[in-house]
Amino acid sequence: MPEQLVFAMEVILNGLMAGVLYALVALGFVLIYKASGIFNYAQGVMALFAAMTLVGIMNGQVPFAHLINAIFGTHVHYFGWNIPALAAIILTMGVMVLLAWAVQRFVMRHLVGQEPIILFMATIGLAYFLEGVADLMWGSEIKTLDVGLPQGINLWIDETTFNIFDYGFFIDNLDIVATIIAALLVAALVAFSQYTKQGRAMRAVADDHQAALSVGISLNFIWIMVWSVAGFVALVAGIMWGTKSGVQFSLSLIALKALPVLMLGGFTSIPGAIVGGLIIGVGEKLFEFAIGPLVGGATENWFAYVLALIFLVFRPQGLFGEKIIERV
Amino acid sequence: MFYREAGDFKTSYVDDSQTFPIKFDRYRYYVVLAVAFGIIPFIINDYWANALLLPFLIYAIAAIGLNILVGYCGQVSLGTGGFMAVGAYACYKLMTAFPDVSMFIHVILAGGITAIVGVLFGLPSLRIKGFYLAVATLAAQFFLVWLFNRVPWFYNYSASGQINAPERDVFGIIITGPNAPAWATYMFCLIFLTFCAVVARNLTRGTTGRKWMAIRDMDIAAEIIGVNPLKAKLTAFAVSSFFVGVSGALFFAVYLGAVEVGEAFGIQKSFLVLFMVIIGGLGSIFGSFAGAAFLVLLPVVLKVVGVDVLGWPTDIVAHLQLVIVGGLIILFLILEPHGLAQLWRVAKEKLRLWPFPH
Repeated sequence: MPEQLVFAMEVILNGLMAGVLYALVALGFVLIYKASGIFNYAQGVMALFAAMTLVGIMNGQVPFAHLINAIFGTHVHYFGWNIPALAAIILTMGVMVLLAWAVQRFVMRHLVGQEPIILFMATIGLAYFLEGVADLMWGSEIKTLDVGLPQGINLWIDETTFNIFDYGFFIDNLDIVATIIAALLVAALVAFSQYTKQGRAMRAVADDHQAALSVGISLNFIWIMVWSVAGFVALVAGIMWGTKSGVQFSLSLIALKALPVLMLGGFTSIPGAIVGGLIIGVGEKLFEFAIGPLVGGATENWFAYVLALIFLVFRPQGLFGEKIIERV
Repeated sequence: MFYREAGDFKTSYVDDSQTFPIKFDRYRYYVVLAVAFGIIPFIINDYWANALLLPFLIYAIAAIGLNILVGYCGQVSLGTGGFMAVGAYACYKLMTAFPDVSMFIHVILAGGITAIVGVLFGLPSLRIKGFYLAVATLAAQFFLVWLFNRVPWFYNYSASGQINAPERDVFGIIITGPNAPAWATYMFCLIFLTFCAVVARNLTRGTTGRKWMAIRDMDIAAEIIGVNPLKAKLTAFAVSSFFVGVSGALFFAVYLGAVEVGEAFGIQKSFLVLFMVIIGGLGSIFGSFAGAAFLVLLPVVLKVVGVDVLGWPTDIVAHLQLVIVGGLIILFLILEPHGLAQLWRVAKEKLRLWPFPH
């Protein structure tokens, strides 16, 4: 088998893994968009916030330590205990639910009935707010996150592929774990929205707010639940990306990466988010591999957006989105 | 008492259609111009110019540009940073290629080049609408920044990848480079801002502006009553990009002097200008000024209060600033979705009836 083809296969595999992670972030967007029509720009910052909170809780950091020290002249930094990863994840989830409640209570409730673009801007404001709060709470330095996920090259794949192609594929264990977790999460979310009472209520709200209200579904509850689920997805995404490249500001930028994924797949479709994520993941890795060296590299920065842009010109509602019907 | 139409008789059509029909408004406008042109240049110093006035003037131009696109034509754009970069790099290439030509011409040409690029990236707006368009403009943002980062021709093959503004003058007065006097840079930006504001104001109250607003309010209905959406949207993109390009050129050449594209014109810049437009007020030229002034002043005030008065570390103040800006945006959207301009409008209405509101 020619060498280039083998390399390309490795690139595709890695692209698929990256794509799953994009899909994971995109899922958070789709959930909130479907249930409340809000395009939640803050999803990426929520992932950052979740990851920072997780690290902070695990290390026993005192929240707002810098601020407290600056105001009262004290020197508190750590409680002096460490919390095991699983307990910390559960505590962080509690924080995310609290956040969901606060967002619903203090922001979204006052903006019901506004135009979608106003809601979108509000979530941009929320993103800034959360980012500032996260930095104030836990400090802005880069942190390492280790919840015990396996990392490093997968030797079995390396060996097997070496036996077949005379070339060992480099695939990170973490990516494999992430893919499995993401797949499980997607399955769980689909099952949740299809087969549970709350999931049905959520879909009902997505379909028609007023009709849902009239059959006795509490909009407040559903919205808090949706934001909590999105917070959970953000937490998972935060753990994956945080373990991979450290917990730092750039983590919030994955939200921007998820946008073209959404546009490709269509804002309203869960399968769309997954397929879109895979297309973008593979596409940008392949493009960087094939064309990148010719034009100076780092094409990953823009490829996804340009692909989505070109795609949208031909199919404005995305792959699986609902057809846009315009009437006067 | 003093803010009245009563007694202010118009005797010609020219009088009737002037920009500020109320006498008080008109005089206020003249006073502002007189102070800006006649007094500030004589009392300005480097600190005031660099910390407040230059960024305010330049961001105001960008905000007017974005407001035309978002506020008047309803096409949400997140690519402002990218278009500012086009203006900056076009200006840089022109400055280095034609050193003898006046800076005025360079900046205007840079705006023109940005307008062409803007129209190019505006073409998809005919098919893509709303959110989808907002995200599609991100393509412009990331692609343009990448382009200026990776193609050495744009930064004249300099080793650092930065662009540095060489010393250039207008009528013998140095405008760019470290030796430019504060008043000269101030005046240079002020002239462009005045020009842009007057053009924008008159465009938006004429046929072009009405077409834009018709497209914004409902594009299908606008098409049916005879507005050509292709022309309307593309002119909005062109005019908006021209202003944004001018502001990018000034931002690089006059204000910063040296620019690293990812840092100066990244996605954060796009959001900053968008926030100015939202806080100031969508669809209002005054709002663009108010929003720019607000967001330029806020960090300076916070820094003075937090660092100099309270003695807090700078990083905490920087984080607090994020919290405050984010909180303010949410607050504004909840309390007054039409921004500072709406507050001003309400105040004017009150003033008109004062002191007999009924």
